[in-house]
Amino acid sequence: MMQRVDCLRAIYPQLQDCVVVTIMGAVAAELQSLGHRPNFFYLQHAMGLASSTGLGLALCLPKRKVVVFDGDGSVLMNLGGLSTMGRYRPDNLVHVVFDNESLLSVGGFPTATATGTDLEGVARAAGVPRTCTVRTLEEFAAAFLDALAGNQLTSIVAKVEAVGPKAYVTGLALLENRFQFQRYIEGLK
Amino acid sequence: MPVSQANSRAIYDALKKCGVGLVSALPETWLVHLIRMAEEDPAMILVRLAKEEEGVGVSAGAYFAGVKSAMLMQNHGFLASVNGIVSFAQLYRIPLLMLISYRGHFGERDPWQTQGGAATEPVLRSLGIPYGFLDDPAKVEKRIAEAQTLAHARLHPTALLLTRELMWEEPAL
Repeated sequence: MMQRVDCLRAIYPQLQDCVVVTIMGAVAAELQSLGHRPNFFYLQHAMGLASSTGLGLALCLPKRKVVVFDGDGSVLMNLGGLSTMGRYRPDNLVHVVFDNESLLSVGGFPTATATGTDLEGVARAAGVPRTCTVRTLEEFAAAFLDALAGNQLTSIVAKVEAVGPKAYVTGLALLENRFQFQRYIEGLK
Repeated sequence: MPVSQANSRAIYDALKKCGVGLVSALPETWLVHLIRMAEEDPAMILVRLAKEEEGVGVSAGAYFAGVKSAMLMQNHGFLASVNGIVSFAQLYRIPLLMLISYRGHFGERDPWQTQGGAATEPVLRSLGIPYGFLDDPAKVEKRIAEAQTLAHARLHPTALLLTRELMWEEPAL
């Protein structure tokens, strides 16, 4: 089974010019372990709102590609947000859901995707025009590049192993990240 | 419908005047005219939500992108947004301009609104969110501008409670 950090590594170079929002926990720590960039914002709490943040960014920055790295636990906390994304379906938004079927950082308790909830199906039924589920690194990288090159809101559900980094707290202060990210976007204009 | 069209217009014009370019909303009776005005305005990005808490993320995204926003919600929607307000807007110092219809207060006939009405101000106070009232059409423009100014100076949410006095015109008997 593929690991999330390998997925991130496979597409890391393509994130250079994207506006990137991640959820808390393993995704944030692993992306930082590959190398933090000022165009990456890590929402280290408020579970569920990374996708809503990506929606706000995508609607307000129509010329930029916005990438959200979400997770099954977070998406399940804001399923309604998928319907809002599906309603406005910004062409410049790529929504990746790393689905490890567990709430890893609090001890690995299984989420509802472990017992059959299909987040790709939910996204499709909510009106997201392009969706897929991938299980290998090659499939993931291809799906991500396709989504980035295409001009249509895409949700990619990537089934990954429930393993994460040793530590979740990194050296980057939350507010430092927030102001740096804001300055990066200001600099785009 | 006895929701005041004229006072809704005053609120909408005030939002436009202070540069609001995105409005998130979840319909509620007192907000119908405001939402329609946003919908009919080609220069306004209107985001209709499934649940009000999403609006915290949408507004944060807009803020990062340099777009001023306002959130239109009922007080029960504010109560449903508390975690997003605390662990995103307050944790990350994101300004939010929240326009909250103040249901369940004096004059309320719907029993189901009354508990939320009683909880609204205590929750705003306990979160340390500066709030004021929109009750006088003559002061709407100034108060909205002031709430927005404070939100951006402090990098923090501020709230305006839309009162029955302003929003509701009792039909003549």
